Amino acid sequence: MRARWAWTLTVIILVGIMFSYTQDELRTTSVLSFSLRYAIPLIIAAMVGLVCERSGVINIGIEGQLLMSAFAGFFGAAATGSLIIGTLFGIGTGLIMGAVFATGAVAWKMDQIISGTIINIIATGLTSFFYAQGQVLPASTPVVAIPYLKDLPLVGPVLFNNGLFTYAAIIIVIFLQIMLFLTIWGLRTRAVGENPSAADTSGINVQRTRFINVTLAGGLAGVAGAYLSLEAAGTFERGFTAGRGFTALAIMIFGAWNPVGAFAAALFFGLTQGVASQLQADEVVDIPPQFINMLPYVLTIVLLAVVAGRVRPPAAVGKPYEKD
Amino acid sequence: MDDELVLEVTGLTKRFPGVIANEDVSLTVHKGEIVALLGENGAGKSTLVKMIYGLYRPDEGEIRIKGESVRLNGPREAIRRGVGMVHQHFQLVPVFTVAENVILGDEPRKLSFIERRKAVKEVTALAAKHGMAVDPKALVRDLPVGAQQRVEILKALYRQADILIMDEPTAVLTPQETDELLKVMKGFAASGVAVIFITHKLREVLAIADKIEVLRGGKVVGTTTPSETDQGKLAQMMVGRSVLLSVDKSVASPKEIVLDVVGLSSDNDIGLPAIRNVDLRVRSGEIVGIAGVEGNGQRELVEALTGIRKSTATKFTINDENAIGASPHKIHGMHVGHVPEDREKDGLVGQYSIANNMVLNRFDEPEFSRRGIRNMDAVNSLATKLVKDFDVRTPSIKTPANSLSGGNKQKVVIARELSANPSLLVASQPTRGVDVGSIEFIHSQIISARDSGAAVLLVSAELDEVLGLSDRILVMYDGQIVAELEGANPDRAEIGRLMAGGHAVVAEDSSHG
Repeated sequence: MRARWAWTLTVIILVGIMFSYTQDELRTTSVLSFSLRYAIPLIIAAMVGLVCERSGVINIGIEGQLLMSAFAGFFGAAATGSLIIGTLFGIGTGLIMGAVFATGAVAWKMDQIISGTIINIIATGLTSFFYAQGQVLPASTPVVAIPYLKDLPLVGPVLFNNGLFTYAAIIIVIFLQIMLFLTIWGLRTRAVGENPSAADTSGINVQRTRFINVTLAGGLAGVAGAYLSLEAAGTFERGFTAGRGFTALAIMIFGAWNPVGAFAAALFFGLTQGVASQLQADEVVDIPPQFINMLPYVLTIVLLAVVAGRVRPPAAVGKPYEKD
Repeated sequence: MDDELVLEVTGLTKRFPGVIANEDVSLTVHKGEIVALLGENGAGKSTLVKMIYGLYRPDEGEIRIKGESVRLNGPREAIRRGVGMVHQHFQLVPVFTVAENVILGDEPRKLSFIERRKAVKEVTALAAKHGMAVDPKALVRDLPVGAQQRVEILKALYRQADILIMDEPTAVLTPQETDELLKVMKGFAASGVAVIFITHKLREVLAIADKIEVLRGGKVVGTTTPSETDQGKLAQMMVGRSVLLSVDKSVASPKEIVLDVVGLSSDNDIGLPAIRNVDLRVRSGEIVGIAGVEGNGQRELVEALTGIRKSTATKFTINDENAIGASPHKIHGMHVGHVPEDREKDGLVGQYSIANNMVLNRFDEPEFSRRGIRNMDAVNSLATKLVKDFDVRTPSIKTPANSLSGGNKQKVVIARELSANPSLLVASQPTRGVDVGSIEFIHSQIISARDSGAAVLLVSAELDEVLGLSDRILVMYDGQIVAELEGANPDRAEIGRLMAGGHAVVAEDSSHG
C-alpha cells in the first residue's frame, strides 16, 4: 500500500522533471544539482540513524556528531593545509563520537535519548568554545567528472559531475542496502534490532553488535560532517549543521528504515528546497526567504505526521538490552 | 534408549539475591532418552536448564556434556556442544522468514553473503525429516503458535542439537497440537536425540517420559519412571502434600440471570468477524464453561464482554443494567471481575509492586484514595491480607510483579478480581502456565466465588478444566456457540468432535439454527 503511493509520487516527480527539462534545460539542471547537494549530507546522516536503529539504538546525537566532525574536518584541513587530512580528522572524530555515544547508550545501558542529548550538548559546547575566526581551507574540494557518463543529457551534469563526497554517499547507500539485506552482518544486525533476546539465544553477541554498529555509524556521521564543512560550505560556523541530524531521522523514517528509501526521501527533500529556491530567485513567488528556509522543517513535520503509524520501526529500538 | 551418557550434572547450585534457585541438583541424561523435569513454578526447573544452556553460570557444581566437563560462558558454547533449547517464550524474529529465523547465528554463507536458496532447501529437508510441516518462506509473524514452535524446534535441530531442552513446550498448544508435538518428541528420541522436557502437566509426563525428575524448592526431590508412578504420586512429590487432581464441588444452585447477551457480534484485530450472533446467559451461582479450540472467537468474546473490544448486540445486560457500548471501566463498575488470558500483558503492570497491582482497577475508590491522594496504608493492608489469603509466594508486597513466577502472578490477578466480590467473573485461561498446586487453589477459589453467588464465565483451552469446573458447557466454533451441554458428565469425545467443527448428534440444531 505504502509502496504504491511512494511509486506514484516518484513517477509524478520524474515526469515533472522531464517536462521541465524540455522547457528549460539549464534551470532544470541547476535546480536538480542544488537538490542533490542539499540532499547529500541528509542522506549520509540518515544512514547513521538507520544503522543505529536497525541495531536497536535510537541515535538523536547525530546532530552533535555532524557538528563535531564538521568542526574537526574544517580546522584539521585549515591547520594542516590538507583536505585529505581534514577529511580523516572528520571521520576520526565521528568514530570517537560514535564510540562515546555507544559507551553510554549500549555499554552503560543509559537511556538512549539522554545519551544522544549529551552528545549534542557536548558538541555545541566544544565547537563554540574552540571556534576561531578567520581560518580558511587550503583549497576547494575537486570536482570529478566521470568520463562519458557526464555527457548524458540531464543525468550527466546532475549526477556525474560532482565532488567525491557525493559519489561516496551514493556508494554508501547501495553498499548498506546490500549489507543489510543480503549479508550475515545484515541479518544479525536486524535480528538484534528486532528481538535481541532471540539473537542472544542464537549465539549472537547483542552488546558487541550494537557497540560496533553504533561506533561505525559515527564514522559515517564523520563523512557527512566533513562534507558539510569541506565540500558543501567550505567554511565552518557555530551551530551550522542547523538541525540536519534531526531532519535525517525524519528522512530515515520516511524511507521506512531502508537505505534506498531514505535516499529517495532525501532527494525529495532536496528537490522541494531546490524548486522553492528557484521560484524565489526567479521572483515567481514573492515570499520572504525566511519562509523558504523554513521549508525543510515544515516538510519534516508534515511528512512525519503523514507517515507516522504507516511504517514500522525495528521492534526493539530504544531499549537497552537486559538479559531476562 | 542407549546407555551412552550425554549429559551429567552434579551438585549444581545457583543463588540469586535473596533466593537459592537450585541447590545441589544432580541429573543424568542418556542418548535418546526423554527426561521430564517436573515441578511447580519457582521450583527451579528453568534455572537448571538455563545453566545447561549457558544462559546462567552455576555458582557451584559441574556440568559434563558428552563426558567433558564444561564451563559455559554463553549459549554459543552450549550450541556448539550440541545443546539446543526450545524456549517457553519463543525466541524468534517475527518479521523474518522461517528460514531466516532457523539459520540466524549459523548462516550458510558464501563470503559474507547469506546463501538463501541453500537455507530454504536445508530447512525444508530438516522439517520433512522430522515430520514437521512449515513453509520456510513464510514470515514468522503470520504463523499460528503451533507452527512458530516448530520453527523454534527446527532452530535447535539445525544446529545439530543432540540434547534438546524444551521449556514448557505444551503450555501454548491446543490439545491436538500437543499430541502432535509429543509424537514429534518421540521421533527425536528414536533418532538418538536426548530430550529434556519441562512441564507441569502430569498426563504428558506419564505419556512420553523415560525418566521423571521432580524438583521442589530448587532441589531434586525424587527420580522415577512412568511405570513406577501415577498422577497422584507425582503431584504429591511436586507439591509436597497430597493434591486433589479432580475438582471437588457441590451441585450448582443457579439463581437470577446476571449476564444476559443476545446477538453479540464483534470483529477480530484485523477487522474480520470473530464472533457472530452469540447468545449467552450466565446465572448467579453457576459456572458456565466455554470449550473450544483456541482462535474460535473466545478471546474476542471475553474482550467484548469486558468492554475492551467494540461489539454490537441486540441485548447485553449485566444485572439488568445495559452494557452495550460501555467502557471497560464502566463494566468493571457493574461488579465484573476479569481474569485476562494474558496476565503479563493485560493482567498486571510488571514494574509495579504487588500492592499496587492488587488495587490496579480500584485505586481510585474511596477506600484507597481521598481527593486524589492515595491511602497507601489501606492499599498495603489489603495487599498483605490478599497475599496471605491467596498464598502468593513473594518476599514482600513491595516486590515488583514481574519478578514473581507465573503461578504467583496469576494468584495476584485472581486475588485482585475476587477480592472485589464480583457478581460476574469472566475468567479466561485462569490456570495457563500455572503449577499443579496453584491450579488446585485457583479452582477452589473460583468455585467458592460461585458458591457465594457469583456468576462465572470460564474460558479455557484445557478441556479437562472446562469439564471439571463447569456446571454448563458451551462449545464455541468459528465464532459461534455451536452446542450447549448440561449435566455432570458430558461426553468428552462428543465435545472434542464439536470443537473440531463436527455437528451435534443431540437435537441442538433446531435451537441454534
